[in-house]
Amino acid sequence: MTLNDTLITLFGGIFAALAVASSVGAILKFRLVPEAPSGTIDNLNARITAWWWMIGLLAAALWIGKAGIIALFAFVSFQSLREYMSITCTRRGDHRALLWSFFVLLPLQYYLIAIDWYGLFSILIPVYGFLLLPISASLGADTTRFLERTAKGQWGLMICVYCLSHVPALLTLAIPGYEGFNPLLIVFLILVAQSSDVLQYVWGKLFGKHKLSSAISPSKTVEGLVGGVLSSTAVGAALWSFTPFTPWQAAFIALTINVLGFFGGFVLSAIKRDRGIKDWGSMIEGHGGMLDRVDSISFSAPVFFHIVRFWWT
Amino acid sequence: MATFVEQFVASTLCLLARLLTGVRPIWHGTQPDRRLRIYFANHSSHGDFLLIWASLPAGLRRLTRPVAASDYWLAGSLRRYVSGRVFRAVLIDRKVTRGGRNPVQQMSDALADGNSLILFPEGTRNPGDGVLPFKSGLFHLAKKHPEVELVPVWIENLGRVMPKGAFIPAPLLCTLVFGAPLQMLADEKRDQFLTRARNALLALAPDND
Repeated sequence: MTLNDTLITLFGGIFAALAVASSVGAILKFRLVPEAPSGTIDNLNARITAWWWMIGLLAAALWIGKAGIIALFAFVSFQSLREYMSITCTRRGDHRALLWSFFVLLPLQYYLIAIDWYGLFSILIPVYGFLLLPISASLGADTTRFLERTAKGQWGLMICVYCLSHVPALLTLAIPGYEGFNPLLIVFLILVAQSSDVLQYVWGKLFGKHKLSSAISPSKTVEGLVGGVLSSTAVGAALWSFTPFTPWQAAFIALTINVLGFFGGFVLSAIKRDRGIKDWGSMIEGHGGMLDRVDSISFSAPVFFHIVRFWWT
Repeated sequence: MATFVEQFVASTLCLLARLLTGVRPIWHGTQPDRRLRIYFANHSSHGDFLLIWASLPAGLRRLTRPVAASDYWLAGSLRRYVSGRVFRAVLIDRKVTRGGRNPVQQMSDALADGNSLILFPEGTRNPGDGVLPFKSGLFHLAKKHPEVELVPVWIENLGRVMPKGAFIPAPLLCTLVFGAPLQMLADEKRDQFLTRARNALLALAPDND
């Protein structure tokens, strides 16, 4: 099968699953709760509608090719960084550092993927960004909470730009015998990480009893976590034929993605609780902000990238 | 009456402001309403009134005029066009001179014509955190027009998007919080009232520590 045929098969399956989800949502809305507005059901339906958009955008980006995927994730990074920096306390003196982050480091990081310069891609933000930003902030001549402001800005770049940019960077890996099929690695990563989020939500809503950590995330339960991680590991294993992995390898890698993805959501929830907010934003109806949707990908993408790069190239 | 061109310029500017700042209005204790109102807000950027304006429903926008400083908005033909024709700003002199127009009277006239106002009672842009002490204009207006609702509006983040002296805006997301309307109490003294209004505004600010 060519890449296009495979993508059509995969996305056909995803859209079919979404159609089932939409039908279930519509039935729940009109059979179980006629007229009466129901928070959970309405939120579920808003989430499903948003999924159509998100999967549609991903499909469009994959159809355009490398440029489309890089542009899509650059936009995701940009929006995530906006949400992150907006709730982070910066001061006037940080203005120049913010401009560097948004308008120089972010585009440059994605440009390095386009020209396939892995050496600089892997150190641009953790070395040069981390040196440049405090220099730039110090020129603002404001020492109030300087260390705190610098650290927050740097970490924002790390999770919103550096980590997320490892998704399109999967296109640059040269895997013997898998040439031309790299976009499928992106589909694998996103499907596994996002199905884990969805299945944790479903398992939690259906069987959730024991709160995991009410201090950090009141909606997460032990049942949701275990059920979600195990079932989306099975999803990953079932996708093995689209990847360079054997079924067991696919399962193990999916488990790694799921565990890291869970902690991505967990860590970012801790930041949200610390700042006293519920969602990172309101961009995606039913889901909250961009960062609410990609937190699990941010944490799992670099590790997935390194696993593939180390053992398969 | 604004012509088609002015309305087009106005909606384009509103769209740009919304795209750039991702502004999200939160109506907290009040709803959009055609009633006569003075929206009073914290001031850290020249774009402040545009954000409030862009957050109002289009029907209310035409009935709402910003109050702005004439020394800034009359300098140069572009600013004069935008402030006068597009936003129909009430332009006031910040330094009251003998024989000059009385700012309170100008604002009062605009209210009497059936326009709501957007007012920044600090009188100038505040480069720091918090809110500067209020000028007395809000008190005189409230006394003259007891029928007008005084709505505090907290503008979060715009000062960081475009701080004083910056040329390139940082693409942060802004939030506007519209609070519950204030009423002047019977025989309330000027300073008492201004302090109370200022506290009502500060109460809408999120905790930033």
